[in-house]
Amino acid sequence: MLDFDDIQHILLTRAPALTGRYEFLSFRDAAGGRAWLAEILPKVHSAKTMRETMNQDKRWITVAFTANGLRALGVEEKTLASFPPEFLEGMAARAEVLGDTGSNDPANWVDKTASPDLHAICILFARDRVERDRCVAEHAALIRKSQGVELLSSLDLEATPPFDYAHDHFGYRDRLSQPVIEGSGDVPTPGSGAPLKPGEFILGYPDENGQVPTLPQPEILSRNGSYMAYRRLEEHVGRFRDFLRTHGGDSQHEQELLAAKLMGRWRSGAPLVLAPNKDDPALGADPQRNNNFNYKQEDPLGYAVPLGSHMRRMNPRDTAVNMNRRRMIRRGATYGTYLPEGTADDLTERGIAAFVICASLIRQFEFAQNVWVHDRNFHELGNERDPIIGTHDGTLEFKIPKRPVRRKITGLPAFTTVRGGAYFFLPGLKALRWLAGAGQTN
Amino acid sequence: MSKDQRDWTKPAAMAIPKGGYFPDKVEKGRYGPIFPRTPACYGFSILAKIIPGREEAFYEHARKIEAAVDAQPDCLAILKLHYLRWLLFPVKGETYFMYQGIFDTDFDKYTEDAVTLFGATGITTVFENLEDFPRDWRTNPAAFVKFVREHQCPSFLEYGEYPFVSADEIKKALKAKASFSEMLDQMQ
Repeated sequence: MLDFDDIQHILLTRAPALTGRYEFLSFRDAAGGRAWLAEILPKVHSAKTMRETMNQDKRWITVAFTANGLRALGVEEKTLASFPPEFLEGMAARAEVLGDTGSNDPANWVDKTASPDLHAICILFARDRVERDRCVAEHAALIRKSQGVELLSSLDLEATPPFDYAHDHFGYRDRLSQPVIEGSGDVPTPGSGAPLKPGEFILGYPDENGQVPTLPQPEILSRNGSYMAYRRLEEHVGRFRDFLRTHGGDSQHEQELLAAKLMGRWRSGAPLVLAPNKDDPALGADPQRNNNFNYKQEDPLGYAVPLGSHMRRMNPRDTAVNMNRRRMIRRGATYGTYLPEGTADDLTERGIAAFVICASLIRQFEFAQNVWVHDRNFHELGNERDPIIGTHDGTLEFKIPKRPVRRKITGLPAFTTVRGGAYFFLPGLKALRWLAGAGQTN
Repeated sequence: MSKDQRDWTKPAAMAIPKGGYFPDKVEKGRYGPIFPRTPACYGFSILAKIIPGREEAFYEHARKIEAAVDAQPDCLAILKLHYLRWLLFPVKGETYFMYQGIFDTDFDKYTEDAVTLFGATGITTVFENLEDFPRDWRTNPAAFVKFVREHQCPSFLEYGEYPFVSADEIKKALKAKASFSEMLDQMQ
């Protein structure tokens, strides 16, 4: 049984929001930080409250901390030392492992998330802009009266039109393949696999190995918590569209097919395994069908979905071992203005700002980044990285299996750039109360 | 062409500094620095003292691995191996174990998978006969990796007659050769 009334809502539910804002905070003063937390705490929804009040609520708030943030709130070094080393080091220090080099180097991040002063994130999802503006003003007032609490940076989120389905700035339909946690009450869509043991995502429960991993101490701090890897990923829409025109030729169909080959799905969401030659928007929109496929029998050589495509790297399905130990929950939204098709790139920043939630950053998120995204020799491909989110400097290639001979595109440009990122610990509500001061001994 | 670029036609040797790394280009893996890829691919040589009197467990284990691979030939696929060599040898009246592997991926990449696999095939059962092996390896992959790293004895010279070629590439080449033979047969 999951502690629905203790687990923060973001772990188990997705807010029906069209807008939102992330605020990155620093605590100059432990007492001030704890006072801020005590004030905002009643507004943080548990999974239980979220489910009960989803229809009437207009805003949803999540709070999480970096290792430096826990320290700044007064958590003892002995307690911190029981957290995993990769969390303590932080995302910026793990840049080499994550492939965040060159233009993705943390030195170039724009939102101060690489700074040791980053202590907390406050995530707001809101139904509409009016509600967001109201919440932002209210939070600004709370920060003003909280001693030593400083806003390092913030990011406004906007859904990208058309609003009838979630998609990124490149136009790809999103949120098609999400793991389901056993005991959550959610039912996996066909092809998504059986529900996974809660310990893969929530601390204090058995995982897919059948064990409850050792918890950071004290347990009141760690139980029902999780880890969140934050990624702010700029999408270079103009560059992406130019690439499709240059390499897809004059035919609209060929350009769409090339976009589909990079991803593994048509932009409508229709998977290439099930619709290899022609887009099928009805299939893409149908959750009962759009994730129901595998690779080993249906596409072993990648004639439909190239072995190096984004989707096949990030979820190799039945072609990877221990797949259930590598799953991740994704949350997040798009930011920046929509660039209508046919419009010249205005070169303002737009992209995706997302969270990867998992019980072990090193085993789940870092593995995916290190091996699936950046191993140049993944599936013996040689000289390739993930074409959408990999680090690119124009020297890598993308191969599309095709009879009689494959197509090789050389000099792949970077379609995305990492603009910010951090590792957060996402405590349960009891832990938030403990952190706010009630349970702390010092 | 520099030494770490692929040219399988030219046999290559690589002298490796003390400690097993090239200080100016140490790549950071998830669990620590990655030992360099050489003309003989990636690899490790784990040397450890066995608990006295446990020799028979190692011979029994060899039979178990043989049976496991017979039953499921791809059961070690995740390790991306070329070869494994296991041996016992005496030093001053005590018995030591050497586990030498040559493979195509740095060990750190698939550490957790390897730990799971070792559990499934019973490789760890035999490791439990080594002195200092962590008893909590099942729930603590980091402790397992630490043991392996502490007992890894890096090479100071590696050589490849066909350098930098992966096992998968070799298998593809042999399959292509078999297919050509088949094609020629059909043309008769």
